[in-house]
Amino acid sequence: MTLATDHPPAPPVDGALHRSVRRKKLVPYWLLLPGILWLLVFFAAPLVYQASTSLQTGSLEEGFKVTWHFATYADALTEYYPQFLRSVAYAATATALCLVLGYPLAYLIAFRAGRWRHLLMVLVIAPFFTSFLIRTLAWKTILSDGGPVVRALGSLHVLAVTDALGVTEGHRVLATPLAVVCGLTYNFLPFMILPLYTSLERIDSRLHEAAGDLYARPATVFRKVTFPLSMPGVVAGTLLTFIPATGDYINAELLGSTDQKMIGNVIQSQFLRVLDYPTAAALSFILMAAILAMVTVYIRKSGTEDIV
Amino acid sequence: MTAFSALARRLRRNLVVIAGLLTLAFLILPNVVVTVFSFNKPNGRFNYDWQRFSTDAWTDPCGVADLCGSLSLSLRIALWSTIGATVLGTLIAFALARYRFRARSSVGSLIFLPMAMPEVVMAASLATLFLNMGISFGFWTILIAHITFCLSFVVTAVKARVMSMDPRLEQAAQDLYATPLQTFLKVTLPIAAPGIVAGALLSFALSFDDFIITNFNAGSTVTFPMYVWGAAQRGTPVQINVIGTAMFAVAVLCVLAGQLLGRRRKRS
Repeated sequence: MTLATDHPPAPPVDGALHRSVRRKKLVPYWLLLPGILWLLVFFAAPLVYQASTSLQTGSLEEGFKVTWHFATYADALTEYYPQFLRSVAYAATATALCLVLGYPLAYLIAFRAGRWRHLLMVLVIAPFFTSFLIRTLAWKTILSDGGPVVRALGSLHVLAVTDALGVTEGHRVLATPLAVVCGLTYNFLPFMILPLYTSLERIDSRLHEAAGDLYARPATVFRKVTFPLSMPGVVAGTLLTFIPATGDYINAELLGSTDQKMIGNVIQSQFLRVLDYPTAAALSFILMAAILAMVTVYIRKSGTEDIV
Repeated sequence: MTAFSALARRLRRNLVVIAGLLTLAFLILPNVVVTVFSFNKPNGRFNYDWQRFSTDAWTDPCGVADLCGSLSLSLRIALWSTIGATVLGTLIAFALARYRFRARSSVGSLIFLPMAMPEVVMAASLATLFLNMGISFGFWTILIAHITFCLSFVVTAVKARVMSMDPRLEQAAQDLYATPLQTFLKVTLPIAAPGIVAGALLSFALSFDDFIITNFNAGSTVTFPMYVWGAAQRGTPVQINVIGTAMFAVAVLCVLAGQLLGRRRKRS
């Protein structure tokens, strides 16, 4: 009670009031200033630099100059379109596999796990704690030529079928598209499971009971109630999987051969080995534009524009 | 026949459980392999085939040149980039969650874009900036790169928490004559804390494990993921698996301890 008498709210003078209101209006800008400045300098400005680099010609010895050389884009596309198509195909396959594999696990944790829910959640996140490069290298052991997985697949004649489909080659898995897609699926699976789980967990379980009371069979309940309500998670999960998978070059490098190089591998080697900066910059821009276009169409189609 | 059909029905009812557990096995399998192979004694330079049991690597985890140096560098970079990203990101999150101002939507997309872009694009563009500015690659360029990509994740985590906060709590504090600073320190910050901690933990993990952005901006500096990448070409020492296993064990223990503590606190 003494507080009230100690600090009587002093009626501010007119000018002071005006100033304090104006100062309050400035608060958000002061909060934003350091972080936004940082992003402008280290995120936006680099993109501008990259745009200008993609239009330069020259060599390392003589230096690069902006010559508005748009042909770099055309050349890059004609030379590397197989890698572009391959990246999109691999990433799309891995995303579909992540959805098929991740959905049951997210569903299990959300609805069927009971008191095991926390433990299962920990087990989904736990692999993250070991560096993902080490875990990706472990797939070299798992899929190795004489290993149990390859021998099992071989004796079940699965490899004969996949060889015929061109997904594997010469009865081995390593250094084939299958190995790269497997690595991509494995690496990005948690990014699918977590948003799926979040959206499934929000579903009111009484909706399931209501559907059951109205004589819907379990499959119908899933198709008409559960799956539509989990759509935000499906959209978020597929984006979180597809975008990084398209630009990835680690799985193709560690688990694939030169025939599985993705667009990320090309950008990396153009930038860090060949030192052809204009081509690397042009390729990054094409990749960025392609992904933004695909993502925009996808979000429009799936009808959840408020996802951002 | 009836026993068989009962079993079939039981299987069908638990199909989702079986499928889910299979996926979990797929997720955990590489960690099991990493752990088992930390006890291997390989014949050649590569640790991909099982030879025989040995604890050599466990008794001498820093036995290969540069490995532990790269590990401590990664920890230092993760620590500093977490601090940087958490401070900058929390300020932005408060501005976005609490105030209406002009350019709100453009600020929103400036935060969102770094997360919606493949890492290579960001990595290559930042490296282009450093090259153009004539800045030499090393500790500082890695740190700058890591703060830049961790920032958006901190903003997202903190903003979600602050948005879900009841603004009447702060009004109540001010009605009780708390100064704005007191209100912030005693009410706002404690409630926002879980979001800030989540953002900080996320950026520590992201920074520590980052490869692509570091690959472009490190020059000849070797972080732990860079070391593993190089080892995949030159030969993988067993010590890599030892460190991977140890990190996994420590992290799982921390999580379990945290859950136990939380449960006990809830009970008391």
